[in-house]
Amino acid sequence: MGEARILMRSDAVAGAVDPSEVERKLGVVELLWNDGFVRKAAIIVFLAAVWEIYGTLLDNSLLFPTFHDTVITMFDKVRDGTIPLRAWASLKVLFMGYSAGIVLAALFTVLAISTRIGTDFLETMTAMFNPLPAIALLPLALIWFGLGNGSLVFVLIHSVLWPVALNTHSGFKSVSNTLRMVGRNYGLRGLPYVARILIPAAFGSILTGLKIGWAFAWRTLIAAELVFGVSSGQGGLGWFIFENRNLLDIPAVFAGLLTVIVIGLIVENLIFRTIERNTVQKWGLQT
Amino acid sequence: MSALLDVSGVTLRYKTSSVVVTATEKVSFSVDRSDRFVLLGPSGCGKSTLLKAVGGYMTPSEGKMRINGREITEPGADRMMIFQEFDQLLPWKTVLENVMFPLLMTRKLNKKDAEVRARAYIEKVSLTRVVDSYPHTLSGGMKQRVAIARGMAMEPDILLMDEPFAALDALTRRTCQDELLQLWEETKFTVMFVTHSIAEAIKIGNRILLLSPHPGRVKAEVIDVDRVSAEDGSAAKLEKQIHDLLFADTATAH
Repeated sequence: MGEARILMRSDAVAGAVDPSEVERKLGVVELLWNDGFVRKAAIIVFLAAVWEIYGTLLDNSLLFPTFHDTVITMFDKVRDGTIPLRAWASLKVLFMGYSAGIVLAALFTVLAISTRIGTDFLETMTAMFNPLPAIALLPLALIWFGLGNGSLVFVLIHSVLWPVALNTHSGFKSVSNTLRMVGRNYGLRGLPYVARILIPAAFGSILTGLKIGWAFAWRTLIAAELVFGVSSGQGGLGWFIFENRNLLDIPAVFAGLLTVIVIGLIVENLIFRTIERNTVQKWGLQT
Repeated sequence: MSALLDVSGVTLRYKTSSVVVTATEKVSFSVDRSDRFVLLGPSGCGKSTLLKAVGGYMTPSEGKMRINGREITEPGADRMMIFQEFDQLLPWKTVLENVMFPLLMTRKLNKKDAEVRARAYIEKVSLTRVVDSYPHTLSGGMKQRVAIARGMAMEPDILLMDEPFAALDALTRRTCQDELLQLWEETKFTVMFVTHSIAEAIKIGNRILLLSPHPGRVKAEVIDVDRVSAEDGSAAKLEKQIHDLLFADTATAH
């Protein structure tokens, strides 16, 4: 019977490798370009430049004011307090509708995971109402709740509830069987089981639902204000846009639109990104 | 002294969408304290199903299962499961929090004592340097060791291990097996271990229950497995014997 031999090689031991060959520091430009925030900012600057050039060439502030006209108007309106006041009025209604929608969505999904008939109920309801535009309900809401925040909150709930419930429910359903068994192994059941295992495990989907719900709610609210004008007291951003169009103050219309966009960007890129970074990304559930 | 775990005449059936499958039929065995009890058999012999039933995730359609004299009706922390899947750690908790989690959830210890005990067991599986890491940053072998630490920190009546090393690469698997035996030497815990590898069964167990497939029935029980050793070739001989026993069965079945 033959025997194998081991020949010692000293390549791995001989002479430590210069560390700079294994790791190379990235340059400043490369580092900056790796930051998603910088890349997105660059895109926004580019779009603003295109806007400015087109506006200057067209030279018709009634149709398409330039970027700097819009920004100046926006600064004026921010300084005199109109835009912050209007934005706050919109956001206040939004928060009411958004939080009520989330609470209802939570109730529906807890019902859906605890009983089979609850699941069927949620699936039927989302299939029926998710495709229905919230705005389509506004005429009805105005009859039911009158010209006020009640109607707006009602349509907001409708626009938030279904996407959040749908995403949360599908998130719960895709929690791995192993994790479920782990949770039950520790004697967790009922609400503690939902809170300790299902919600964190499905947090990625829940967050997606919250983001979609936020976007739906924001656009529904602005549209509702635009179509139906003022509701209770002084209107929000949608009403601001509508009002200024009637006054043919087009730069102010653009400033209003820009504010809507800026608030959307802030919520998406600051609030939701921060939550994402501190949860699903930290946990390795999302890259 | 009566056995720690007593399984008598257990038949397990589960429903798929169209048929009722009998996973095991009238299986009886008992596990004593500090046993390293291995369920061994080819796929389809119901060994994992049997372990899940002991874990309380399935109710037998016939027979009784008792632990410490109490009948098993539902999952509980007196029987800690360790799974094959790497996703058994909670991804939103660090290694330390994962090990502390069952201790806190079952109100076994307060937060301070739970942390002390968790750190001690993490030390035992030599993972102290990743104590604050999240599971997704760990290798497969490390994840399984955290799961073992989490199970052991509860100091349960019995540890139920469902092919915990099956998804590991061969080198890591051997390290983990050695480490498990080392831990057993230290604390003499009771473990029920499911595997389809004969070599692993011989290495880990002191008793092996051989199951035949479709449906799972007890074919033989191997005792005093810890008397064989790899050095004098007795382990290899036992491996061949068990292999022939299982192989003969499949040869006649087909």
